[in-house]
Amino acid sequence: MANIFPKWVNTVPIKVIVALLLIKTAIVLGITYYFSPQYTRVGYAPTQPVAFSHEFHAGTLEIDCRYCHTFVEQSGHSNVPGTNVCMSCHSMVLKDDARLATVRQSYDSGEPIPWVRVHKVPDYVYFNHAVHVNRGISCVECHGKVDEMEVVYHAKQLSMGFCLECHRNPEDYIRPVEEVYNLDWERPTDPGAVKEIEEFVHDWGVNPPQSCSGCHR
Amino acid sequence: MRLFLTIYVLVIVATVSILGFRGSLTEKEPVEVFNDMDRQAKYKPQAENSFYANGQNDRLPPKLTVSRGNALEIKDVFSTEFTSSTSSEELVLSGKDANGEFSDYFPYPVDFELMQYGQESYNIFCMTCHGAAGDGNGVTKQYGILATSYHDDRLRDAPDGYIYDVITNGKGLMYGLKDRLSNEQRWAIVLYLRALQRSQSAPLESLSTTEKSELGL
Ligand code: HEC
Ligand code: HEC
Ligand code: HEC
Ligand code: HEC
Ligand code: HEC
Ligand code: HEC
Repeated sequence: MANIFPKWVNTVPIKVIVALLLIKTAIVLGITYYFSPQYTRVGYAPTQPVAFSHEFHAGTLEIDCRYCHTFVEQSGHSNVPGTNVCMSCHSMVLKDDARLATVRQSYDSGEPIPWVRVHKVPDYVYFNHAVHVNRGISCVECHGKVDEMEVVYHAKQLSMGFCLECHRNPEDYIRPVEEVYNLDWERPTDPGAVKEIEEFVHDWGVNPPQSCSGCHR
Repeated sequence: MRLFLTIYVLVIVATVSILGFRGSLTEKEPVEVFNDMDRQAKYKPQAENSFYANGQNDRLPPKLTVSRGNALEIKDVFSTEFTSSTSSEELVLSGKDANGEFSDYFPYPVDFELMQYGQESYNIFCMTCHGAAGDGNGVTKQYGILATSYHDDRLRDAPDGYIYDVITNGKGLMYGLKDRLSNEQRWAIVLYLRALQRSQSAPLESLSTTEKSELGL
């Protein structure tokens, strides 16, 4: 009697299984890799209306963050400076430079410069800058080394997991309050100094919320 | 099977080359799939608002309204002992006495804390132009900002109220900083500026013997 199925059919089930496994692995890996804020957000660097460089102003000139983002330590919102702040220097430096035409125009007319916003948490999340920076949490933890960025980009995930990672172990991130605006500060390595820093959490009564209502209020 | 593997590899290569790697700089705005809760219809600081002609959400205070809580401690205002002394308020706010002359009276109690506050504020807001020692050698000097040195007799003899007024409203090429500094912060800077002036012109007799030996005098 002739075989109903040719011989090669014997290997079909195994081939199908291998193929399905491969496809599944690819999809799972693809989703974990691409559907995470590590991919969707990190690296977002929109072109700004003025080619303002933090690398030059905050890095080379060493202007303190608070010269421009003045209210970061007083308010929940970290303000982006008005054009009068730029003009305090640029009325003397690069007075007639084409790269600053937008700034001068904005200063004269009172029309704001439409800076493109880089970092934003969803509106159902409550975030407050002042509570963080006044308790020794530096800009660098959430924004990366802004003073080395030619164009500001989204350096950290700012996802819920990212926030909680620090809220569970603040002692790994906390630093002396004087060093918050010094993005180059490095954690000391010798045990005595590390202990002293970890002590801040207790001494200042730092108690970051981990319950849902802390951030989703 | 060979055909399948070829397609499989091709699809992966195509996905990776289209979507790229994590963290690489991109201008693409992060996707928000169901963004109805992410972006709620509420007004946030410095956000856009299509209702107003210039698209700006933040509004300026209406004319002829008084801002509260700048010079006066609100809790003092409501205490029974409070007596409104318009002249001293005026002094805190403008540095001028009742006759409209710059006053040499310093309206806050002077202590080490206020001095430190002044130092911190000075280093943020004045140092880039006037230099850490107030000698006009800030980092921006080489780019053409010629800020005045504080160490001449004219400024040493100028009343406190005058220095306060320069910080508030600016002078000549220098822009005022009243939009960013509170009244107390400005007075604290005046105090620190006086300390800087003394530090650069201290007579030898005013030093203690230990300080003299440290300097090798
Ligand atoms: C000379 C003024 C100036 C100084 C100093 C400055 N910034 Fe900025 N910063 C700006 C302006 C203007 C923008 C908006 C344009 C942009 O995004 O580049 C901005 C944007 C940012 C953003 C992105 C905001 C967003 O859209 O999400 C971050 C984060 C930031 N600054 C952090 C810092 C930190 C940290 C420092 C101190 C090391 C600093 N800045 C110093 C002017 C300044
Ligand atoms: C403390 C003084 C100071 C302030 C405040 C300041 N700048 Fe500058 N800026 C400079 C100096 C100095 C240069 C370099 C000039 C040169 O190269 O000759 C510069 C250069 C620039 C350039 C030229 C591009 C480059 O990287 O060389 C741009 C654009 C610019 N600034 C934008 C801004 C904007 C926008 C603001 C306000 C948020 C601002 N600056 C605030 C001092 C300042
Ligand atoms: C604990 C994390 C954290 C720290 C520390 C932090 N930021 Fe932010 N920052 C954020 C988040 C989250 C947002 C988005 C806020 C939102 O959507 O309301 C943001 C937004 C901003 C913005 C943009 C605001 C806007 O409306 O465009 C600026 C500017 C900024 N931060 C500057 C700073 C500076 C300067 C420091 C340090 C002094 C700092 N941040 C420290 C998390 C942080
Ligand atoms: C690097 C550490 C760190 C990161 C990252 C961080 N936080 Fe915090 N957060 C703290 C600390 C420390 C406190 C506690 C401050 C205190 O006890 O005064 C805190 C407090 C808070 C509070 C309580 C404020 C209040 O008024 O009670 C909220 C809300 C909050 N964080 C939200 C967030 C959100 C949202 C994110 C993520 C975008 C975030 N945090 C990321 C360290 C961090
Ligand atoms: C430290 C602050 C913080 C705490 C505490 C917190 N969350 Fe969140 N949560 C966030 C942030 C930030 C986001 C936005 C994440 C994003 O946009 O990637 C978020 C997003 C979410 C989302 C939406 C997720 C999505 O992608 O749509 C849910 C649901 C949520 N949180 C539930 C909870 C629950 C339940 C708890 C308590 C167990 C909780 N959260 C506690 C900060 C917090
Ligand atoms: C953007 C650079 C810049 C900054 C920041 C700045 N100044 Fe000035 N300042 C100047 C320049 C330029 C002059 C010279 C103005 C002139 O004579 O036209 C000046 C002059 C002065 C004078 C002398 C006024 C006179 O009668 O000649 C004083 C006092 C002074 N500044 C104090 C301060 C204090 C205090 C701060 C910090 C709160 C400050 N400045 C911040 C640039 C700056």
